[in-house]
Amino acid sequence: MNSTPQSVPNPIIRRDRVFEFLIPKQVDDLDLSHGTVLYLEDICVNFDGFQAINNLNFYVNTGELHCLIGPNGAGKTTLMDIVTGKTRPDSGTAWFGQRINLLRMDEADIAQAGIGRKFQKPSVFENLSVFDNLELSMDGTRKLWQIFRAKLDGESLSRIESIAQTINLIEHLHSPAGMLSHGQKQWLEIGMLIMQNPLLLLVDEPAAGMTHQEMDQTVELLSSLAGEHAIVVVEHDMDFVRALNSPVTVLHQGSVLATGSMTDIQSNSDVMRVYLGTEDVA
Amino acid sequence: MKIKQAHRSRTSSILFMVVLVTTLVGVTVCNRLPESHSLYVSNYMVTLLGKYLTYAILAVSVDLVWGYLGILSLGHAAFFALGGYAMGMHLMRQIGDRGVYGNPDLPDFMVFLNWSELPWYWIGFDNFAFTALMILLVPGLLAFVFGWFAFRSRVNGVYLSIITQALTYALMLAFFRNEMGLGGNNGLTDFRELLGFDLRSDDVRLGLFLASGIALLVVYGLCDMILRSRLGKVAIAIRDAEDRTRFLGYRVERVKLALFTLSAMIAGLAGALYVPQIGIINPGEFSPLNSIEVVVWVAIGGRGTLYGAVLGALGINYAKTWFTGAYPEAWLFALGLLFVLVTLALPKGVAGLFRRTSSGANKS
Repeated sequence: MNSTPQSVPNPIIRRDRVFEFLIPKQVDDLDLSHGTVLYLEDICVNFDGFQAINNLNFYVNTGELHCLIGPNGAGKTTLMDIVTGKTRPDSGTAWFGQRINLLRMDEADIAQAGIGRKFQKPSVFENLSVFDNLELSMDGTRKLWQIFRAKLDGESLSRIESIAQTINLIEHLHSPAGMLSHGQKQWLEIGMLIMQNPLLLLVDEPAAGMTHQEMDQTVELLSSLAGEHAIVVVEHDMDFVRALNSPVTVLHQGSVLATGSMTDIQSNSDVMRVYLGTEDVA
Repeated sequence: MKIKQAHRSRTSSILFMVVLVTTLVGVTVCNRLPESHSLYVSNYMVTLLGKYLTYAILAVSVDLVWGYLGILSLGHAAFFALGGYAMGMHLMRQIGDRGVYGNPDLPDFMVFLNWSELPWYWIGFDNFAFTALMILLVPGLLAFVFGWFAFRSRVNGVYLSIITQALTYALMLAFFRNEMGLGGNNGLTDFRELLGFDLRSDDVRLGLFLASGIALLVVYGLCDMILRSRLGKVAIAIRDAEDRTRFLGYRVERVKLALFTLSAMIAGLAGALYVPQIGIINPGEFSPLNSIEVVVWVAIGGRGTLYGAVLGALGINYAKTWFTGAYPEAWLFALGLLFVLVTLALPKGVAGLFRRTSSGANKS
């Protein structure tokens, strides 16, 4: 890997970069003037010799619904880990809008800045009720004293109610989340994401464990959220991806193999080689 | 469909407070009865109950961080003992020139060690207000510094438990040294009066018992208020899925630090109420075994319910008093057996038993 000349800031020319720690860690206003909400550039991640992400470049436009597919180990989940601060890349840059440098923030900062994540395995708070799960996810203050003093006003209550209705859990509002079925937990996670009201949603395998009917509802829900929120969906189920009818990016061995609509992707020879094996191409 | 904000049931805490207040009043009245009366509660019993109540406060502090936040502290007795030492230092200063050596400026053990002046850290302990502040501040500060490093580096689970255990052990070794200026092996004892009241009088003993009961009431109310707030829900969220809570934007380490520090201060308060009733504080209170015992009380009583912690502390200590009188050798075996049985048969402790029957009653 040869580093490009630009990636090494010259300390004499770049006066503003001499004291890195002086740059404000978090900028309050998210600058989306260029229409791109997420920039990942030249990202490399190495786990003890395994190159999980290899010179990856990935962009998400404001309000766009974008699917991410790829075989196991292609780096889809690692990519989400980088964006949400769980994994630090060895090199590369990750920006949220023009001004927020994700690599200088921790998980809580990133979540507060407006990036929400749904995990592959549904991870709701099992001992808390559906209501409590939604309440905790609600955007707003995360300051210690204020969460101690927090009271729910009528507006928040009706918001929790309407989201509980959207995710079909209004009847289970006061039962512990641990009692829900797998599919219902998936829905609850999505509901928690909506409560967080993030600008960018990262959704890892939303359709796993859902019936066909539930899948259709999920497609509908995600499509309705796009526009206001940018959404990145990781999914293995190709019918689901097709139904979302959105741009698709294929990852392979830690870098982008192809980007385009689902129809383009299906006819792409590189993708066919990766998914179907070399001999089938001929 | 109209939805209401779901509140954690207040019934259990109101019931608890009513029972506690009734007990306090009942014991006071029965203690005032003539000795021949069948309901008479002896002064010895009053002091014993007062001691149990301070243990109950300690158990509540452990339950706050273990039951609701998932931090298994095996060093909480250290905060208890620090609060106790702060109170002990004040009581030592109150002895004045009535010590064996009659030195008005120095406690007896310092005269014995040929010290000529009071060490700097004893200054201010003549004053009760300053002492009261230190009772909360010293354990709180230690917990804050300890927690700052531990939680920021994301030390979790069994590793954290081992470090807390090491903390209390290290403090025990330090306090055993005479050079610490805190009485070394013998600790601080021979107390006479507190705020001008003679500690050996029966009325004062009853007063200390009542003070412990009121402290338990206040601590219980405070913890209950915290746990009922959104902060309490965040604490449970951290206990069950720490990473997920982080991805919701909560500063997990700050929540942990705040509640851990508060818990240490509560433990310090318990220690400060314990010392005047027992009449001595020595480095044995830092012993790792003590901290483990507190965890056993909470586990048996019911982790994750405040009243369970109180029940565990009172019940086990009463059993300990009775057992060590009747079958001294059998006590540790009985405690161990009880712990194993409760863990196997009642994972939620004795409090889980109540909860199961009450939810069963709701269904039918």
